Amino acid sequence: MSATPSTAFEIAAAVRAGSVRAIDVLEAHLGRIAARETDIHAFNLVTADEARAAATRIDDLVAAGRDPGPLAGVPIALKDNMCTRGVPTTCSSRILEGWKPPYDATVVSRLAAMGAVSVGKTNLDEFAMGSSTENSAFGVTLNPRDTSRVAGGSSGGSAAAVAAAFAPVSLGSDTGGSIRQPAALCGVVGVKPTYGTVSRYGLVAFASSLDQIGPFSADVRDSALILESISGHDPLDSTSIPQGPLDLLSVLDHDVKGMRIGRITDMPEGADPDVLGRLEAAFDALRAAGATIVDVELPSLKYGLTAYYLIAPAEASSNLARYDGVRYGRRVDAVDTNSMYMATRAAGFGDEVKRRIMLGTYALSAGYYDAYYGKALKVRRLISDDFARAYATADVLLTPTSPIPAFKVGEKADDPLSMYLCDVYTIPTNLAGHPAMSVPFGDSREGLPIGVQVMASTLGEQSMFKVASALERHMNSSGGRS
Amino acid sequence: MSPAEIVVAPNDGSYLIDGYELVCGLEVHVELATATKLFSASANRFGDEPNTHIDPVTLGLPGALPVLNRHAVELAMRIGLALNCTVQPSTFHRKNYFYPDMPKAYQISQYDQPINVDGWLELPGGKRIGVERAHLEEDTGKSTHVGGTGGRIHGSDHSLIDFNRAGVPLVEIVGRPDIASPDEAKQYVTELRQILVAVGASDAKMEEGSMRCDANVSVRKPGAPLGTRCEIKNVNSVRSLGRAIEYEARRQIALIEAGESIRQETRHWDETDGRTHTLRTKEDADDYRYFLEPDLVPLDPGTEWIEAVRAALPMLPRERRLRLSQATGAPADGEAVMVVVERGQDDYVLAVAESGADVARALVHVKEAYAEQGARPSVPAADLARMIVMETSGKLTSTQAKTVLAELVANGGGDAVAIAAAKGFEAMDVSALEAIVDDAIAAQPDAWAKYCAGEEKAMGALVGAIMKASKGKADGKAVTALLQSKRG
Amino acid sequence: MPDTPSERISAAAVAKVARLARLDVSDDEITRMTGQLAGMLEHFADIDSLDLSDVAPMTQPYPLTNVFREDVVAPSLDRDEVLANAPAAEDGRFRVPPIIGLDG
Repeated sequence: MSATPSTAFEIAAAVRAGSVRAIDVLEAHLGRIAARETDIHAFNLVTADEARAAATRIDDLVAAGRDPGPLAGVPIALKDNMCTRGVPTTCSSRILEGWKPPYDATVVSRLAAMGAVSVGKTNLDEFAMGSSTENSAFGVTLNPRDTSRVAGGSSGGSAAAVAAAFAPVSLGSDTGGSIRQPAALCGVVGVKPTYGTVSRYGLVAFASSLDQIGPFSADVRDSALILESISGHDPLDSTSIPQGPLDLLSVLDHDVKGMRIGRITDMPEGADPDVLGRLEAAFDALRAAGATIVDVELPSLKYGLTAYYLIAPAEASSNLARYDGVRYGRRVDAVDTNSMYMATRAAGFGDEVKRRIMLGTYALSAGYYDAYYGKALKVRRLISDDFARAYATADVLLTPTSPIPAFKVGEKADDPLSMYLCDVYTIPTNLAGHPAMSVPFGDSREGLPIGVQVMASTLGEQSMFKVASALERHMNSSGGRS
Repeated sequence: MSPAEIVVAPNDGSYLIDGYELVCGLEVHVELATATKLFSASANRFGDEPNTHIDPVTLGLPGALPVLNRHAVELAMRIGLALNCTVQPSTFHRKNYFYPDMPKAYQISQYDQPINVDGWLELPGGKRIGVERAHLEEDTGKSTHVGGTGGRIHGSDHSLIDFNRAGVPLVEIVGRPDIASPDEAKQYVTELRQILVAVGASDAKMEEGSMRCDANVSVRKPGAPLGTRCEIKNVNSVRSLGRAIEYEARRQIALIEAGESIRQETRHWDETDGRTHTLRTKEDADDYRYFLEPDLVPLDPGTEWIEAVRAALPMLPRERRLRLSQATGAPADGEAVMVVVERGQDDYVLAVAESGADVARALVHVKEAYAEQGARPSVPAADLARMIVMETSGKLTSTQAKTVLAELVANGGGDAVAIAAAKGFEAMDVSALEAIVDDAIAAQPDAWAKYCAGEEKAMGALVGAIMKASKGKADGKAVTALLQSKRG
Repeated sequence: MPDTPSERISAAAVAKVARLARLDVSDDEITRMTGQLAGMLEHFADIDSLDLSDVAPMTQPYPLTNVFREDVVAPSLDRDEVLANAPAAEDGRFRVPPIIGLDG
């Protein structure tokens, strides 16, 4: 056997060519999981048997001279809020413990049809509400770069799985930064695509108008590969944009000469100096590569956190009302149905989920709708309009992904608001529905990964990936130093 | 949903209970005749094994997303256009409340931008009842209460839920409070049902629950401001609707007369005791936290689609009654026209006339003999026409005509001439009849004299003798006409 | 962030919201949640000063209209598989405790 390829791109090529067996690729990854998963806790469930069966089917197809698809034999980890038929899907919540969906999410069936091999379901903040994976009912996920620190969240398990090489790629979901922030904290690439490019069918909803599925990977090319594979219209999702898959791999080698990179002059403050230093280095690298840096103003950006923390909980309060103990999941028995609802939901949801359900219910309730939810929707428009003006003069915008590198476990656990502030740079793109991604761009002085966020306008993924790819090339050529 | 501004059509004062006017508006839910549910692809079918038409959307499974059924939208537009509504761009909202037969704990419904607004329905007598809106929404599942007494909620041991009905497309038709009598309410629902069936939107069967009717009832002294209204639910037939409204009006009047006030509340009609009972008061109404459904996009059918639906609408019952009335001379709101149009047999009556028969006779025969025949009678129109021609030309008496018609209906058609011959119904010519009449006059001079003196009942004895002498072959009408002409 | 409960939300309002959301909460939890929610609402007051009278609410990130499916039946989920996931089932149906106390 030749040396095991490490990226999804290389694995698929090797498996399709018959030079490497999918089962061997899988065993290499299962071996790393066996060695390190107890220290990291990236997974809620490792589906080794199902994965071995799937890998064997891929190898049989190759042996029979048939093409198993563009992701042949690529191990992939799925955030545990994507429905997998017959395989428990928990959202890291007690209320869904034991539930086995009778159907697959669209992304899950697309990946399987393309030959990818799911290795398991990754940990998250309960119902994707959080920025550290500490809100999981099944325990925190630790950062593979420093296991005293969090992996970020809410898709902390998916970020950690890639950072620990448990899988070359994984899927997360991003409602306010839940892919990009853990990607930054774990030192991997993470992409939130334009709202509507990846089907939400089978993604357990947190906030329907903000949620998007996207990939994690070690390099930009693998994220492009996975995003190409899972994007494209899905008739089962009414908000799915009616167009084909994104075309990304073809633009990765393009240079950034002449591109206009926006610097937000009135960016919300409070970022760590090391983070700001890496952002400056990114601007320098792009300028050196021939791009132009332009200043843009987004005066409403500072209201993004407020708009988000009214809109997302409002939608969540409705989306999570279905966990009532009637049809699936946990039930706490009681003398009548109403008491059963109250007891089931009190026992099944964790503190952060309850907090957001309360906040969202309040924001929608009679007498408060206009003051909170209604006003937040208007602020959302202001932010979207600000972005539209900025993208008239800039092709992409650059910001930090997270104001701070990975923090210690427990450091923010008792202060919800300071946790919310972790998303200050990532939230605005969700409100606008735009694409954004985090690219690893060096480390802090403490040796913790720092990510730079590349943001683009609606369906501006090609510009975004070109710039991300240029930043990655810069890091590779400078040997990790700029 | 309560209308923002209640406008009441002037009551003509013809209906009063103990000096009070009735003010009533109806909210009618109809299940649409689609193959699948409003937002998912499992079957919309009544009466099957429980939980056999379920899918992730119907069950509100985590991750499921709704996608709007195009045909349901088209049927909703047919309803709106048939009710003279404006079809407009619309959106869907979530109405949040917990109930075990509501799988997502919210109902997707149209709220401030419904698809159809501002229409009316014309009662057979010509009065128009306003239609505020007719909007799309999804149905709930069905709860069965086990244990306790009589399958009621209160006192039951537990309940069982079937989600086959969950997600079935509904149109809720919100009528304005223009109804001024129980009879108008019954007419409204009967007419609405016919329209829904005519446009193919619903089978509209109250007894199966595919058409459900809630009544908002209040009373007031003529000219006084509107009274407090109560909503009556669980009315399962047109007849019950009339009874429930009348009971409720009398209950409210009795309270007012006793110096008590009416509480705004929802009341439940109990068919067995003929009363309404408090279901819940409005003070503890839920806060539904309506907000725009983020999983769906706006609906804007556009002029082209709307006009195509309008152009494809069939002739509606009101127009069909007018057409039949004009053709037959019978009144449009008379029993014969109403009944024949309700059965959908008006095209058939006109086809019989096309085949050369007298259209008024055709109307009467179809009304009398085709009650079990439905909209496509088995007797070919030409066969009935031939029989009617025999009758109107005097070759069959009206009694004989009925016998031949019964034979035609029983056999699904046939040659009336041959049937008449087989029954021995020979035509009696006018000269033969005249001879019998003359004989009868000669045999009973006293009766004839009395008849000539204007004593009409004296004719009976003469006619009896004539019929007996003709062995029943004489046509009663022809006999009467002959006697009258001889009297001069 | 202020730790002291502000005037932005009362314990009574929090208790009412908990009932609306069907969350059984103890008095201690009400007190704790009131403080937390008040702190958040205080923070979110930054938008109070904005003049938003001419701003249209934004509800959809990507503007689509008229998304339909055709009226074609697809097979039902398997009842046994679905009911196997239910906390309680009987006679092919989902079983729940008596349905009372659902208003308010």
